[in-house]
Amino acid sequence: MPHLDRETIWLFAGVLGALVLASAIGALLRWRFGRGRAAETLRNLNARIVSWWAMCAVFAVALLTGGVGSIVLFAIVSLLALREFITLTPTRRGDHRTLAWVFFVILPFQYWLLYDRWYGLFAIFIPVYAFLFIPIRSALAGQTEDFLERTAKIQWGLMVCVYCVSHAPALLMLKLRNYEGQNMKLLLFLVIVVQISDVLQYVWGKTLGRHAIAPHVSPSKTWEGFIGGVLGATGVGTAMWWATPFNVWQAAAISLLIALLGFAGGLVMSAIKRDRGVKDYGHLIGGHGGMMDRIDSLCFAAPIFFHVLRYYF
Amino acid sequence: MIARLIVGLVRLITGMTARWAGPSRPDRPCVYFANHASHLDAVVIWAALDRERRRRTRPVAARDYWQRGALRRYLAARVFHAVLIERHRVTRANNPLDDLAGALEAGFSLIMFPEGTRAADREELHEFQAGIYHLARRVEGLPLVPVHLENLNRILPKGEVLPVPLLGSATFGEPISLGPDESKEEFLARARQAVIALEAD
Repeated sequence: MPHLDRETIWLFAGVLGALVLASAIGALLRWRFGRGRAAETLRNLNARIVSWWAMCAVFAVALLTGGVGSIVLFAIVSLLALREFITLTPTRRGDHRTLAWVFFVILPFQYWLLYDRWYGLFAIFIPVYAFLFIPIRSALAGQTEDFLERTAKIQWGLMVCVYCVSHAPALLMLKLRNYEGQNMKLLLFLVIVVQISDVLQYVWGKTLGRHAIAPHVSPSKTWEGFIGGVLGATGVGTAMWWATPFNVWQAAAISLLIALLGFAGGLVMSAIKRDRGVKDYGHLIGGHGGMMDRIDSLCFAAPIFFHVLRYYF
Repeated sequence: MIARLIVGLVRLITGMTARWAGPSRPDRPCVYFANHASHLDAVVIWAALDRERRRRTRPVAARDYWQRGALRRYLAARVFHAVLIERHRVTRANNPLDDLAGALEAGFSLIMFPEGTRAADREELHEFQAGIYHLARRVEGLPLVPVHLENLNRILPKGEVLPVPLLGSATFGEPISLGPDESKEEFLARARQAVIALEAD
């Protein structure tokens, strides 16, 4: 178990406080409006809150087991997201062996590289080596229908669900000036900002949302939700500056960047869902949909946050 | 024990979800019939049933295929308690209908794949073989539950041994039964349509 400094304990306490608050509000709303027009929305809201407790508990346990626990957790998250992604984007018979390589070799190897702290290969393994390997393996299988499309789908799934997601636990292997042994707080910071941005976009969107940003992509993404969510998450991130290597202004700018990228991730992954004619990627997490629905924003924010830290701190 | 292990493993790999499209589930012995694309098909249907039903449900399989090799023989006989039937040299003495009707009378439900064999890479359902019609005629009022299996052909296609962990699902439909004056062709077409209809849901 890693050393828990006072700041980490405050962050955990903050998350716990937010969960308690959310549950209290959920119970209050159900008591007050549970039979009205909003009954369905409130049921979904309370299911989401229950799932949040479970997700926070799993995440906390993984963090507390140290680096290995976090790597294993995010490897499982990648696996579940990738399976939802590939299930949704049809591949053909000729891709079967390629997919076996992707699931059983490429994905675990990417996370092993993290465990091994081999940054050089970690950064290029999927964008270069897996990128080249996938079409080679599929071409050897001999099926040419939709070849480019099938290859692109698998490559895309790997990039988003594995490569991008793996940059979240990669925060643990960064070496920052005057911040040794405290990287767990960076991972907490990223996940809290990304997820609170999602939550606040949902809250503001449900309460005040009128004007859709991209009605063809996602009717539930509104300007009101976007502005409220991004500003709110920037505020929460800024208020956590004391736990990070950033000063207040840096914390604000980075939180804003994370929230904007998170929104972009949600938008892009919605476009894919819309194209395939589904509402959610799966049914894994009660009230939320699938794993991919929960981490779409993390996918886009994690690598950029990682690079900002790596090159500027 | 091994059966439970296999069921657990299949559930893990396929992230299998079972959906009951129709409200009623027959309480008497019935026949589950489904599209067939993968070795996992029978296990997936099996795994989708509750434990009590699973204990009283046997898959129907081709004798020539499942008698080849010790492992297949063991799985068919000891784990799945498959009802093995003759596909090719059917005579009066080894008429598969006797075994199937016998199992139903003994209180077991059956899992059947009326397409006859696993389909390779293709979208639509093959024409149904007549066995299911003859069985329905022989066992009066036999409920037949259509089941549509989704994605199993991608998880473990014919000719592969390593399954890929994509998400699969089994959709159970409203039971059908043979009409009083229904012809063989009409019934088989209707049964096939019942499976196809579940695909759309």
